[in-house]
Amino acid sequence: MKPVLAVSGLRKTYGSGETAVHALRGVDLQVWPGEYVAIMGASGSGKSTLLNMLGCLDTPTSGRYLLDGFSVADLNERQLSLLRNRKIGFIFQSFNLVPRTSALSNVELPLVYSGLKRAERRKRALAALDMVGLTARAKHLPSELSGGQQQRVAVARALVGGPALLLADEPTGNLDHASTIDVLGVFDRLNALGRTVVVITHEDEVAHHARRVIRVSDGRIVSDEVTRRTGVVA
Amino acid sequence: MNFVEIMRFAVRGLASNKLRSVLTTLGITIGVASVILLVAVGNGASAAITASIQGLGTDVVNVAPIRGGQSATTRPLTVQDAHALVDPIGAPDVKASSPVVNTSATATYGQTSYTVSSTIGTEPDYFTTTNRQIADGQIFTAEDVTQARKVVVLGPTTAQAIFGDAEPVGKNVLLNSIQFTVIGVLQTKGSSGLQNADDVAIAPISAVQNSLAGYGALNQIAVQATTADSIGLAQAEVTAILDARHGIQANANPDFQIQNSAQLLQTRTSAIQTFTVLLGAVAAISLLVGGIGVTNIMLVTVTERIREIGIRKAIGAPRSAILGQFLAEATMLSLFGGLLGVLIGVVGSRFSIAGIQPVVVPSSIALAFAVSALIGLFFGSFPANRASRLRPIDALRHE
Repeated sequence: MKPVLAVSGLRKTYGSGETAVHALRGVDLQVWPGEYVAIMGASGSGKSTLLNMLGCLDTPTSGRYLLDGFSVADLNERQLSLLRNRKIGFIFQSFNLVPRTSALSNVELPLVYSGLKRAERRKRALAALDMVGLTARAKHLPSELSGGQQQRVAVARALVGGPALLLADEPTGNLDHASTIDVLGVFDRLNALGRTVVVITHEDEVAHHARRVIRVSDGRIVSDEVTRRTGVVA
Repeated sequence: MNFVEIMRFAVRGLASNKLRSVLTTLGITIGVASVILLVAVGNGASAAITASIQGLGTDVVNVAPIRGGQSATTRPLTVQDAHALVDPIGAPDVKASSPVVNTSATATYGQTSYTVSSTIGTEPDYFTTTNRQIADGQIFTAEDVTQARKVVVLGPTTAQAIFGDAEPVGKNVLLNSIQFTVIGVLQTKGSSGLQNADDVAIAPISAVQNSLAGYGALNQIAVQATTADSIGLAQAEVTAILDARHGIQANANPDFQIQNSAQLLQTRTSAIQTFTVLLGAVAAISLLVGGIGVTNIMLVTVTERIREIGIRKAIGAPRSAILGQFLAEATMLSLFGGLLGVLIGVVGSRFSIAGIQPVVVPSSIALAFAVSALIGLFFGSFPANRASRLRPIDALRHE
């Protein structure tokens, strides 16, 4: 079995010379299919930078990154956008739904860019909304939804294309307790269905749901432990 | 990602800020409408002048004095000059020649007082030479001219202004306090664009010189050639006779100028063409300003939606899709504005503007519309390109 993502010697430096900031100082990490990984760290530890690299939103200064077997550094812009579209589902702390666009249309958006026919898109988007329990809110605009509901729409949008990897950046950072439980429940179900989930968080409650917790500090991985049996990794 | 989807995104983008879209469209609409309208007005003026000069007849030669000639020997045009031009031997191609004096007069009838825009003293041939038909009554005769009878033929506009719906023929009207008898009313001929040919009072030249204008120089001699083809010969004969009568040597500057209607048409239309080009240029500038408005709004739209662009890129929108979306928005704005402008321009040109009936030039419609479409592509491509080049991480971090 090959890992969903494999990084080695990943470095990211902002600026240069005296003022250079080393956000990542050489990270090696492998995530296997079906894993539920929480990446934890204090703010400024480099965990968000790491996630942006993993999500192909930013490019590393040096190091090697294989996503589902593809070497990301060798891809051109068009191939990168294809990769983001097909392989990754991204969930943001601030939801990042397209404003003035219904929940259903938001969920359909990745399928539009992958060129699916309209009827098929609708079917899959409704299925994804059903998965997060928001079928009844399909026609609502983001401004008409609560934070928790918006985040669940964002989760539906992330998983609708059937990506190899779900990446979540502080997904519960802007949510109240009840909504946090809702969203984490969705992650649990998705992971139970075999999806690979990588969550960045500084909340222990979130990390408790994960089966593997990685701690990042000062641009390096300081611990990497399996908290529960994953049953998938040999 | 197909064409229909890009269009749908663009429509949604425009609809999300309707007022702004409408105002931007307005800039293009006004530009396109003014290009079409102003060019149509210029074209209409030129058409009206062409029609009025052609109405004079293609066989007419006009002789006019050159005023303020440099030499003291400048001789005025006289009635005798006019009569000398009708000479079967010296000028076989001249059919008729009428002396013309122009003056201004105020007509009074009962309580009504009206300033006639043109009062003309001439001879009966003038009516056939200038192609004026009588609608009511009759024109004056050669005998009226020799007897200097105070009779007058009125243009339809003048007759209407003085007599209203009453019958003018047989009535006495005062021209500058001199009593004239109306003996005829002309058929309508229409505006020449510069002056109304229907607002005219035509009387025997002897009577006009007697009582209104005085015995000065003629303003003009209207010469009619035998046929339209012999106009060149007639012109040469007239020149020869007048040169001889005015004692003008070869190579010397004559004290009169001769123009046929074709030449008159040429000078007038070339003036109008300059005018049309000027109008078109002003309109084109307003179209350009409208185009810059589109760029400005698209730049604002892009800046405002940087986050949205970031989201779209993060979920896998390729550059071409972002480029297409914003380009489609700009093009839709300007195309819609262009269509509306064409509509307003075409409808607006059905009304007469400043006394001119505009005549739409079809190529101006095609041009204005094509330019508006190109404006969308051209002025939209800069902001759209900027949007598509954003890195997803930078776009997402944008506040």
